[in-house]
Amino acid sequence: MTTASVPSAKPSPSTVTALRCRECGREVPKMPVHVCEYCFGPLEIAYDYAAVARLLTRAVIESRAPNMWRYAELLPLDGPPVVGMQTGMTPLVRADRLARRLGVREVWVKNDAVSHPTLSFKDRVVSVALSKAVEFGIQTVACASTGNLANATAAQAAAAGLPAVILIPFDLEPAKVLATSIYGARVVGVKGTYDDVNRLCSEIAGKYGWGFVNVNLRPFYAEGSKSFGYEIVEQLGWRCPAHIVVPMAGGSLVTKIGKAFGELDKLGLIASGSGRKTKIHGAQAAGCAPIVDMVLENRDQLKPVRKPTSIAKSLAIGNPADGFYARQTIIGSGGFAAKPDDDEIVAAMRLLAETEGIFTETAGGVTLGATIKLIESGKIGKDDGPIVVSITGNGMKTQDPLVGKLPVPALIGPSLADFDKLQATISK
Amino acid sequence: MANIRIPTPLRKLTNGKEEVSAMGATIGALIASIETQYPGIKERICDDTGQVRRFVNIFVNDEDIRFLKNLDTPVKDSDEISIVPAIAGGR
Repeated sequence: MTTASVPSAKPSPSTVTALRCRECGREVPKMPVHVCEYCFGPLEIAYDYAAVARLLTRAVIESRAPNMWRYAELLPLDGPPVVGMQTGMTPLVRADRLARRLGVREVWVKNDAVSHPTLSFKDRVVSVALSKAVEFGIQTVACASTGNLANATAAQAAAAGLPAVILIPFDLEPAKVLATSIYGARVVGVKGTYDDVNRLCSEIAGKYGWGFVNVNLRPFYAEGSKSFGYEIVEQLGWRCPAHIVVPMAGGSLVTKIGKAFGELDKLGLIASGSGRKTKIHGAQAAGCAPIVDMVLENRDQLKPVRKPTSIAKSLAIGNPADGFYARQTIIGSGGFAAKPDDDEIVAAMRLLAETEGIFTETAGGVTLGATIKLIESGKIGKDDGPIVVSITGNGMKTQDPLVGKLPVPALIGPSLADFDKLQATISK
Repeated sequence: MANIRIPTPLRKLTNGKEEVSAMGATIGALIASIETQYPGIKERICDDTGQVRRFVNIFVNDEDIRFLKNLDTPVKDSDEISIVPAIAGGR
């Protein structure tokens, strides 16, 4: 979608009051920290919702440029964004052909596979994190990533003129390294798994004072995910869906979508109470499903997965920090969870491509695969209202899992006779 | 004496030290030992029931103690112990 390059206005003064611990409620001033100094619980942004309510109406939102900053008062910046001005407001696609195949009435695909600029929903969170890094005066930004987050951080850091350091597991495929190096980022391979890299990053952040988007900038970063939820509601004509199915890695997105619906309700931007009626369902791959297993086995203790095995590498976080809250969001909404296996993931990727012309990454296959399971088990009713499938990444980036799974092209000579012969075999 | 890496949020309690040494045959004993040197640190790592807090990870030579024996995980003098706040991904 082409959007105007004028950033939405940010109110003055800021609607953000402090950081607040989600576990113990202690407050600290806005700064680049992500855990409560007292109990290690995650810090969240505290807003002055009365101020937000005065500033943000449907009319104000609708008057702004079609990007995520149209909800600026609900995002944690104190001034206008400096990167990602064009990010957000991706299409919400009415997917009737897919709905018919699934045997349900109404399906919508929220398509962040076409997110600007790096084709995944990580553009949203990184836009917020890097804009906030600039507000904090941070000189170097960084992240641990194996793909989408690395792309988004490297690209947007380049656009902001910030040096970026990306830490990756050493055995990452060359194509993924290349798609990050192109932006001029410094890429460091670490001999370990993704969870090892993530752990190292939290130690580096403490020592070097860099802005790690998903570590010390995380409270700000994670808030960017809410825009995915706001947009869905606005695009559905200011109503919440009956169901939404969300992929889970760290577990943050699912909680932020729940938060987004709740905030719109609290602010009176949707019918009172409707923000708490959406059933929020979580999706992970069978080869790495620590949060789904918490839901299926009805326990609130997360058991880390030591060696993730799924093709859905972008979701393979064995020890998701937001697992506890992700489960809480799902259970609290009346939602459920499902974990398709690798064959079901590929089948779902093909189904989405063949019915709606949308090529998603493996994570999208997990989400649609889980949707299918939830419909089959009756957790999503066939006649229920809008069902939203959250597509967060683009299939062009990770084609390896499809190799050998799709029909190979027929090979013929450059003559009409050869083609006629081929057609004859097909019509038989 | 085993070495324990202290995360930034707890360094106010360790006089700014990034690493401390302590005696103990298990992780639980080590934490008790650090508590005698730096009073107040245990309640930050463990909750009211004495279990490691939900958002705290403890590693012994890069192995999460949840995969070992939690607080009963045995430790040797040469082991490297890290206390790391849980962090969320984004891959």
